[in-house]
Amino acid sequence: MLSYEFMRLALAAAVLVGLTAPTVGVYLVQRRLSLIGDGLGHVALLGVAVGLATRSAPVLTALLATVAGAVVVEVLRARRSTGTDVALAIMFYGGLAGGVVVVTRAPAGTPITLDSYLFGALTTTTRADLVVFAGMAAVVLGVTIGLGRSLFTVALDEEHARASGLPVLGLNLLLAVVTAVTVTLSMRVLGLLLISGLMVLPAGCAQLVARSFRSSLVIAALIGVTVSVSGTAVSFYADTPSGGTIVLMAVAVYAVLSVARLAHRGSLQHGPDVVPTPVRPVDRPDKVPLPR
Amino acid sequence: MLLSTRPRQAPTAAPAACGSALTVRGGGFGHGRDAVLTGVDLSVRPGEVVAVRGPNGSGKSTLVRGVLGLCELQAGEVRFFDVPRARFRDWHRVGYVPQRHTVAGGVPVTVRELVSSGRLSRLRTWQRFGEADRCAVDCALEGAGLGGFDRRLVAELSGGQQRRALLARALAGDPELLLLDEPTAGVDAASQRVVASTLAGLAETGAAVVVVVHELGPLAEVVTRTVTLPGAGAPC
Repeated sequence: MLSYEFMRLALAAAVLVGLTAPTVGVYLVQRRLSLIGDGLGHVALLGVAVGLATRSAPVLTALLATVAGAVVVEVLRARRSTGTDVALAIMFYGGLAGGVVVVTRAPAGTPITLDSYLFGALTTTTRADLVVFAGMAAVVLGVTIGLGRSLFTVALDEEHARASGLPVLGLNLLLAVVTAVTVTLSMRVLGLLLISGLMVLPAGCAQLVARSFRSSLVIAALIGVTVSVSGTAVSFYADTPSGGTIVLMAVAVYAVLSVARLAHRGSLQHGPDVVPTPVRPVDRPDKVPLPR
Repeated sequence: MLLSTRPRQAPTAAPAACGSALTVRGGGFGHGRDAVLTGVDLSVRPGEVVAVRGPNGSGKSTLVRGVLGLCELQAGEVRFFDVPRARFRDWHRVGYVPQRHTVAGGVPVTVRELVSSGRLSRLRTWQRFGEADRCAVDCALEGAGLGGFDRRLVAELSGGQQRRALLARALAGDPELLLLDEPTAGVDAASQRVVASTLAGLAETGAAVVVVVHELGPLAEVVTRTVTLPGAGAPC
């Protein structure tokens, strides 16, 4: 497999996407915005179609469309208007429909079809693509890890973050833009319809086993890299589409972890030590050390 | 949280003095165009523990949230440490405990991670957590009676313990002005005593405390002044 240049490039792209998508996904899951990546994928399609129709770089036009979409989502959320839900639906389906219509204006003989963006075309990754992907991944990881503490604080309790003087709107916009970049980065690997899978499923797996937010982030990234690399390899040998194979691997990991967790709980309930001993007394009614 | 949309006149508390931690002059607070409170005059000096009381819907939470800018300031002005709020930048000096019973989100979060997030306002954007910050978090956990709970998941704590974790988060920033919204609501007597003792200790260090409470309970021993908001129902 590694003797083929296109597979080496595909695996490198899979590592980049496997690492970045879950680190964004963890923050989205914490904020209960799991499906936002899916919606932005719809908007990205319009960008791709415009790129194909105007013979400009579809990755660039998709990036512009997705970033604009992400900013609109965040501004609508910040305004907390009652019609936000419907407004988002209009934007997402408008993007999808626009993409389907605009792409018919693409000149005849366009080498890459919409299908390769919808379902992924990992093996068409070129060296030039990989350089762009690496740059995008560096930006995403720089934000999700470098500003992790601030993003975590906002994701945990937006109101408290505002009362602490944090630039909440700015941080939310930044996460939205990073989500948009991740969607664009992932569309060639996974396809626009499956992007959310690699953002959210590893975070969902981490939710089952992690014992802290930090470990959730690490576990999600590890699972992301594992399923995207192994999914790419399986797709090579089994001759299956890469995007679908990767997401199915993530679903399988989730299923295995869920069963393992249930079995673990079951063994706790039937085992001899049912009641865990608290580390310290739960409530200390009388003397409590005072803060400095 | 029940909020009336009918404007009410709040009583005038102590006059604004130089060196106050919090000053509200002619404050009007509400949501959108709906005024909940008008004509609020309040001054809280360092070392004071001021209880804000009143019946449901009298605007107690709106007062605290309005002071912090979480709902609209429709009239008057708010000053923190004699600096108008619009120009105030030292937000690490102000702590806030929201009226909330849980902070559990979609991902597991430890008590230490939650409490550490309260320290963030003391750090610059890219600054890493130092030894002093870790110590502050340890002290905050001890202060809220949660020593030894730092590795536990927030979602696994009881309601009272989660409320105390929110208190610890505010303490982690070493606030000089602490605003608490019903910190003892739905909390057992033992936890209420922990909160009261913690607030007394904070006030002894010279911090100003504003606490919204429906029932004073053990807080009666530490409150130095009570401000009562008039409401439609019978006064508390």
